[in-house]
Amino acid sequence: MRCTVDPILQIKDLQTHFFTKAGVLKAVDGVSLEIKSGEIVGLVGESGSGKSITGFSIMGLVDAPGQIVGGQILFKGQDLAKLSPAEMQAYRGNRIAMIFQDPMMTLNPVLRIETQMVETILSHDSSVSKVDAHARARDALGLVGISSPDERLRAYPHQFSGGMRQRVSIAIAMLNRPDLIIADEPTTALDVTIQGQVIHEMQRLCQETKTALLWITHDLAVVAGIAERICVMYAGRIVEKGANANIIAAPMHPYTKGLLGSVPGQNRRGQPLQQIEGMVPSMMNLPKGCAFQNRCNLVSDICTSTNPDATSTKDGRLVRCHNIAAGDRA
Amino acid sequence: MAGKAATTTGAIPASGWQKFWSDFCESPTAVGALFVFLVILFIAVFAPFVSPTNPYDLASVDIMNSRLKPGSEDFEGNVYWLGTDGAGRDMLSAIFYGLRVSLGVGAFSGVVALVIGAAVGLSAAYFGGRFETLTMRIVDIQLSFPSILMALIILAVFGKGVEKTIIALVLVQWAYYARAARASALVEKNKEYVEAAQCLALGDRRIILHHIMPNCLAPLIVVGTLQTAHAISLEATLSFLGLGLPITEPSLGLLIGNGFEFMYSGDYWISIFPGIALLITIVSINLVGDQLRDIFNPRLQR
Amino acid sequence: MSLIVFVGVNLVGDPVDMLINPEADQLEIERVIRDLGLDRPVAEQYWYFMVNAFQGDLGRSFVFGEPALKLIIQRMPATMELALFSLLIAISFGIPLGVYAGLKPHSKISRTIMAGSILGFSMPTFWVGIILIMFFSVHLGWLPSTGRGDVATYFGITSSIFTLDGLSHIFLPAFNLALFKLSSVIRLARAGTREVILQDYIKFARAKGLSETKIIRVHLLKNIMIPIVTVIGLEFGSLIAFSTVTETVFAWPGMGKLIIDAIYNLDRPIVVAYLMIIVLIFVTLNLIVDILYSVLDPRVRIKGVS
Repeated sequence: MRCTVDPILQIKDLQTHFFTKAGVLKAVDGVSLEIKSGEIVGLVGESGSGKSITGFSIMGLVDAPGQIVGGQILFKGQDLAKLSPAEMQAYRGNRIAMIFQDPMMTLNPVLRIETQMVETILSHDSSVSKVDAHARARDALGLVGISSPDERLRAYPHQFSGGMRQRVSIAIAMLNRPDLIIADEPTTALDVTIQGQVIHEMQRLCQETKTALLWITHDLAVVAGIAERICVMYAGRIVEKGANANIIAAPMHPYTKGLLGSVPGQNRRGQPLQQIEGMVPSMMNLPKGCAFQNRCNLVSDICTSTNPDATSTKDGRLVRCHNIAAGDRA
Repeated sequence: MAGKAATTTGAIPASGWQKFWSDFCESPTAVGALFVFLVILFIAVFAPFVSPTNPYDLASVDIMNSRLKPGSEDFEGNVYWLGTDGAGRDMLSAIFYGLRVSLGVGAFSGVVALVIGAAVGLSAAYFGGRFETLTMRIVDIQLSFPSILMALIILAVFGKGVEKTIIALVLVQWAYYARAARASALVEKNKEYVEAAQCLALGDRRIILHHIMPNCLAPLIVVGTLQTAHAISLEATLSFLGLGLPITEPSLGLLIGNGFEFMYSGDYWISIFPGIALLITIVSINLVGDQLRDIFNPRLQR
Repeated sequence: MSLIVFVGVNLVGDPVDMLINPEADQLEIERVIRDLGLDRPVAEQYWYFMVNAFQGDLGRSFVFGEPALKLIIQRMPATMELALFSLLIAISFGIPLGVYAGLKPHSKISRTIMAGSILGFSMPTFWVGIILIMFFSVHLGWLPSTGRGDVATYFGITSSIFTLDGLSHIFLPAFNLALFKLSSVIRLARAGTREVILQDYIKFARAKGLSETKIIRVHLLKNIMIPIVTVIGLEFGSLIAFSTVTETVFAWPGMGKLIIDAIYNLDRPIVVAYLMIIVLIFVTLNLIVDILYSVLDPRVRIKGVS
């Protein structure tokens, strides 16, 4: 049933820490975001920003030595962080599905596609007959635009190209008609031409089936194309969050500005490419105050002493920065 | 651990002996095993001095003392801590002498096999071409045969005896050394110092012996310890079957074999105690070898 | 291969001594020389040898007076039975133990398993056999220590495992033989498990909501079987080789005991015949493993896209 509780996903101040021998790594340190039913939200950040871990936290797939140490993950009102592994298992692949980055490795090379699809159905509803499950798998392949699905079902993953494999992963994700799909860099490992196709497919599917989508990526250009709202993440926290149009047209956080600026298409020929100076700080050694301080051109005293809180803006965003123009503030 | 660089294969730097020792000591089991092995080695080398009697001195052995239980005394007041065998020999002494033979044969054949195997392996890697293909093919074929089968065949063709057994052991083992030597030599061959040495027009033999080989020693030592344990085990098996060393050079395997028949009548000590000695020897060498292998494994972050 | 054996036999010793009973008198020796064609040139001898070999004539045993080949083939089922049963024990215990050790590498049980596997690897087969006999036969009297039990025939296969008496006789020697293999299998299964469990497709399977048991049973197992089967298949040969020891210790009437006795008694024809059979077995084994490998790994069987 299409749910009517809105927003269907509400993350409140999520904290996921990794307890390693060398120290505590605060991969996700106070992340809050919402997704409404049928909405497409983009989560953008560079490697190490904690975006993938956010996705895994929602799914309950954080590997040791990491664990969720605080916050709530409310899915249709139910706090996923408090569920037992068995209860969480009932949600995964069923109400919430995930698509991974590397299609080469996400499908088991020694099992047929059919096996891997049918088991997803049967794990959550053992009353379905094999014949019905087979039919549903076939339909799902058709849904993602794979031709001659009957042959394809009998095949093995290595017989598919990268783009096709990713479509299969998407089909698997859609099998049980989930309310939310988390896509962790789904097009990063694909050729550029295929990327466009897959992005288009996913957009179409989500609109047709009214499935919510959390698209995690480092590529701002991708989410600019399909997301309704964008969250920008840096060093374990969300630094800017708001409507797509607003953020792309007029970014407020220095990091977001830097991200947009460094997209090559923006520059005129002959102009040097813009970069953000410096590097992401080590997650175990975050500086006191704002994590972005040593790369920011607006840095001031308060930035080095206090971590900025989220400030609401007039156009409905949240920005974590001390230096927002007063006129923009709500 | 952050900050510790991974060691490369092979050479132990001069100041690195301390590091090597501290790495080794990370496993208390290995240190314990090393200690046990050194004790055994001591016993083996100094057997005539350490053992209470000389079991092979016919004058001191009395058939009246045969098959005495462990801990029993004879008429002259000698205590036989581990009992006596069917001919009246003191088991403890027999074991000491047996250790000597077992370790001696095992170590000697190991060393010879190492020299031959390393020579072949290093040359194969260095010279490459048809020579390498041919020798490695032979190595592969030999390694696909179980060692015991090879040893049996060799003994069947050549006959029994001390030299023949040693030859058999060497022929069985050299292939392992050859393969290990070639593998590490291949890695070294492509490094720059070899090229530099070649530019200096140093002779091939010198390059192999003085430059490449020292860097290949580490994996060879690891193979060496594990293979020595294997050789001792193999020799014991052959002697037990009556096909290895003759009665004049009684190894632990022979002792066990001789004691086998007495087991059914309950005189277990004639077979079991030499067996335990054998087991302790092999296990201690294997444990040391395992730890050495972990230390020298470049894939484990140390 | 036969060339090597033939050359070896001829080179190393006087074939007259090799193939003729050392007890025979001069007349007998000459007769046999003519019979065996040893007075002909070597190449011709080899030709006759091959011809005879193809007809199944590999010489007669000195000790038994029977054709060597026939003796070996008679004993082969017993050895095969022992080896296969051992393999069964090694696999059915080894894989679960190894997978467990791989899934929980730091638990106490895993450490015990790994320590046990070092022990199993170090102990010479014959010594384990002795200990087993001493404990279970002499001391406890539970199981017989020598010989093979009664046989029964099912599905055209005659084997002693089909009878209770047979089972009680085969258990100790099979377990003995299996112990060495067991530690191999455990280590392989553990290494394979540790590697596979970190793969993305396992994580994806979890993301699909599969239960952990299902993941282990279906996804993990099929992937670790590939290297395990390859190694086990090749090592089956070593099982047969080590059966020589086990059969001697337990007086099991198989090929292994035959060859040991033959070497001891200088019964050369049997040695030669045994060698040829062994080589044949090895070649067949390699073939079987290759086939099995392609059955298990679809990437080998079916050509892929990329």
